[in-house]
Amino acid sequence: MGWLSRALNSSIGKKFVMALTGICLILFLVIHLINNLTLFAGPELFNSVVKGLDGIKPLIRVIEVILALIFIFHIYEGVRLWWENKKARPVNYTVNGSSKNSDIFSRTMIWTGSIVFIFLVIHLRTLWVTFNFDPTVHEGHRYYDAVVSAFQSPVYSLFYVVAVVILGFHLNHGFQSAFQTFGWNHKKYFPFIQKLGMIYSTLTALAFASIPIYFLFFFGGK
Amino acid sequence: MIKLDSKVPAGKLEEKWTNHKFNMKLVNPANKRKYDVIVVGTGLAGASAAASLGELGYNVQAFTYHDSARRAHSIAAQGGINAAKNYQNDGDSVYRLFYDTIKGGDFRSRESNVYRLAEVSNNIIDQCVAQGVPFAREYGGSLDNRSFGGALVSRTFYAKGQTGQQLLLGAYTAMNRQINLGKVKLFTRREMLDIVVIDGVAKGIIVRNLLTGEIEKHSAHAVILATGGYSNVFFLSTNAMNCNTTAIWRAHKRGAAFADPCFTQIHPTCLPVHGEGQSKLTLMSESLRNDGRIWVSKKKQDMRKPNDIPEEERDYYLERKYPTYGNLSPRDISSRAAKEAVDDGRGAQGQDAVYLDFSDAINRLGAKTIEERYGNLFEIYETITGDNPYKTPMKIYPAPHYTMGGLWVDYNLMSSIPGLFVAGEANFSDHGANRLGASALMQGLADGYFVIPYTIGNYLGGDKPTLVKTDHPEFDKVKKEVEDQTAKLLSIKGKRTVDDIHKQLGRYMWNKVGMARNEKGLKEVVEEIKELREEFWKNVNVVGNSNDVNQCLERAGRVADYLELGELMALDALDRNESCGGHFREEYQTEEGEALRNDDDYAYVSAWEFQDVGKWKLHKEHLEFESVKLATRSYK
Amino acid sequence: MNEKKINLTLKIWRQVSPKSPGNFSEYKIAVSPDSSFLEMLDEINNDLESRSLEPIAFESDCREGICGTCGLVINGEPHGPLRKIATCQLHMRNFKDGDTIYVEPFRAKAFPLVKDLIVDRSAMDRIMEAGGFISVNTGSIPDANAIQVPKDIASEAMDAASCIGCGACVASCKNASAMLFVSAKVSQFALLPQGQTERYNRVEAMVKKMDELGFGACSNTYACEAECPKGISVKNIARMNREYFMAKVKSDNVEV
Repeated sequence: MGWLSRALNSSIGKKFVMALTGICLILFLVIHLINNLTLFAGPELFNSVVKGLDGIKPLIRVIEVILALIFIFHIYEGVRLWWENKKARPVNYTVNGSSKNSDIFSRTMIWTGSIVFIFLVIHLRTLWVTFNFDPTVHEGHRYYDAVVSAFQSPVYSLFYVVAVVILGFHLNHGFQSAFQTFGWNHKKYFPFIQKLGMIYSTLTALAFASIPIYFLFFFGGK
Repeated sequence: MIKLDSKVPAGKLEEKWTNHKFNMKLVNPANKRKYDVIVVGTGLAGASAAASLGELGYNVQAFTYHDSARRAHSIAAQGGINAAKNYQNDGDSVYRLFYDTIKGGDFRSRESNVYRLAEVSNNIIDQCVAQGVPFAREYGGSLDNRSFGGALVSRTFYAKGQTGQQLLLGAYTAMNRQINLGKVKLFTRREMLDIVVIDGVAKGIIVRNLLTGEIEKHSAHAVILATGGYSNVFFLSTNAMNCNTTAIWRAHKRGAAFADPCFTQIHPTCLPVHGEGQSKLTLMSESLRNDGRIWVSKKKQDMRKPNDIPEEERDYYLERKYPTYGNLSPRDISSRAAKEAVDDGRGAQGQDAVYLDFSDAINRLGAKTIEERYGNLFEIYETITGDNPYKTPMKIYPAPHYTMGGLWVDYNLMSSIPGLFVAGEANFSDHGANRLGASALMQGLADGYFVIPYTIGNYLGGDKPTLVKTDHPEFDKVKKEVEDQTAKLLSIKGKRTVDDIHKQLGRYMWNKVGMARNEKGLKEVVEEIKELREEFWKNVNVVGNSNDVNQCLERAGRVADYLELGELMALDALDRNESCGGHFREEYQTEEGEALRNDDDYAYVSAWEFQDVGKWKLHKEHLEFESVKLATRSYK
Repeated sequence: MNEKKINLTLKIWRQVSPKSPGNFSEYKIAVSPDSSFLEMLDEINNDLESRSLEPIAFESDCREGICGTCGLVINGEPHGPLRKIATCQLHMRNFKDGDTIYVEPFRAKAFPLVKDLIVDRSAMDRIMEAGGFISVNTGSIPDANAIQVPKDIASEAMDAASCIGCGACVASCKNASAMLFVSAKVSQFALLPQGQTERYNRVEAMVKKMDELGFGACSNTYACEAECPKGISVKNIARMNREYFMAKVKSDNVEV
């Protein structure tokens, strides 16, 4: 199987891993978002959805492990590519003209990705750990209250909003980039993919951002 | 003392090459790997020869002064490549291509060579298609053709406006394959500065490593020069900046006869000079003449914008003078006609330029069709001049473009030094006094793919040359001479820059050895060049040192050779008391101002033997015409 | 013809050798707007030489935008601010009186610097030698029209084949990746019927060589396409990726 490992470690192979894990994460975000949007329907629906998921815990655990692996691969490969790519140009240009030939989202994936990663860690700590291990939340199925309380903090909410907007930037490039990497750049379909990526990343960012904004300003903090 | 023997095989014209191939000595396949061949230059002729020889099993060492074999100036040929395929069913044949070429060359080339060229032309197209050259296609998937100057059939194959590029990349990839297989060893950034001749036989070359300045010795059983033409003697030409005569000139100084040096082609469709800082001239493909109409104002000093000049005040002089061929008249005729119009004071807006107008074609075919055909050429034009040719007529003017002359070779493409072969533009062989459009690519590839691989086997199998090691004293002697010249150039430290002297030489050449020549001017220019040469060796300033990248030194060595070659070109033009093809002597013209050939006295190839700087001996190879009747070239 | 000259300040990278440190030297020049960028450098060099100073080392050859020899990074962009041209086709009328222009060499690990503005781009040839060809010997070939190629395919292959090998894609890419260059050749042969026989071996060999030589990977920023003097499309990169996956799935080659 040496050929497979060599293939996955080639420049194209590494990009393939990035793209594949990226697409998985894009799909995960869709499911996650649908889940989250139930918050707008009030505590009953949200709590019952989370409770329902809690009921199939073993399966969820497996999915979580897979998801974690996908994240790890995506992050590992991203950092590795960034580092190797940096080495491909040991001396930088004095005048950098990249703003004239490419868009900023595509050039800043490592930075937007890093911010999203920091957000992810904090986000897991605030919500995932609380949901799973805080006895009052977990055993009392008071998930909704936990969300409300998290977004009571303007600092956290603001950070959340900024982070999901940056996630939007990351997705904006990542979505179409993944298809390009897979080789699905065709003059008939690619413009559509690019538009879809734009719509997807904008909607995802707006929808996720709407949650803290709702809880901070409109829910009245009650 | 050179003895010219063209070694043209006996027999009927159509059978010469076939018979010759049969009669040639062969090298046993197992013995081929024992032979080393040096190829200098990696353009069409060089790369195709290196690839083909590598495929046969020879050990090839290929040299180029570029950083990559893909940069040779063959790459800039735009229009296309001729072949007698008759795919268009318009009456083409090998004989017609042969006849057009020999007539186009004003009957100053060898029948046998030209026929062979036409004969192998078809194989070239097959070869290139098999290599993946993306020639233009018809909707049905078969190859498309266009017509070109000097022919009444559509026999030119093309790949957009980048045919030379695609053919060169074809040869380059074929050579890369041999590099990959270890049969070709490529030496980049090496400039050949001399050849080593031992007991009258070519045994190797001396090159300068352009990165380190080291002078290197390389030996082989045979040497092939495919180093292109010498148009840069004019300073301003369509040749690339680095094109030069050094390789063939130094071979000439070691005993290779130089044939027909005065046969230079001035291409009619180039962009006019913009000013003193101009470094080279840009060619616009001749294919533009398929749809563009060339004209000037009927009035002298007409400074109006071209679109303000009404139809009845325009002189479509090519259509007027040559109704049959019109705007597709051969290059020499078109160039001279442009010069006449400008000399008459009717140049475009007072400039040294004429108009090339597409408005009729756009009205007839639509802008979209014109864009498909010439879009990239129009873009290039607009980039350089800032004018849009869809709206205003282009301005064009002739410029030195190709040199039909070159080292004298026999039918086997071997020079007068045994073991030294010359291919492509570097030899004189196929174009006579004028080359037709789309024939340079054809000749370069014919020589490299289909002639040299056979004839070199004949030499190696027949003469059985030995390999001389580079520690032979003659190698050291020649190396020392090269080093001495380098040291001398660097030690002069005079007042004038290399370019300054080169530009002055270029002006002399353009004014007196250019499109129209006369005895008085030629005699003057010989003296002027001699003086300039003396000044160069006393007063040139070559900056830098010899053990580093030194582009100033590279240019200086080349200009030193031009200063000798220029004189020979003038002497050759002076010797040829007739007008033929690209060589127009004002004293020899018809009443209508057409070239007046003298077949009785000048149906020969002039092959010059170098004796000393400024001293040559003329040998004549008389041209026998068995199949064609010498006719006055008429395109009316 | 334009008689009025424009005054410019040039900051040009000078570096005697790969090991010695380099820096920008400043030159002031009044130049005709009809001059090309390289003709302007010629003028500066002629002036330097006349004062016995070392001219600026830079490469150029055809000066028609086809040989791919020239390549300077002008104000941060390979081949300068205009699209779809090589440095030699950039004319001074595109600059304004009083402009300051920075001129740097192409920078990439795979393109080591030689002197001043000259870099060594032979890594691109190494990739070509690894597999960028169709294995056909001289002479062993069918009639040209025996291989039919649909017009649109031929023209797509031609667009890919028009690469001039200048290396601007590598120079402009933030990762110094050669994907556009390599994919152009892979695409040309993948599209044409002549290229099918060696289709999978070719892409595997070329990508392997590309990776060995120290080029970066592709981040799909598409800077290469923007700066390419021939406007070669990044669709070719997509095609190369596809070819590569197919090769990995289908070819018998377990060594690469």
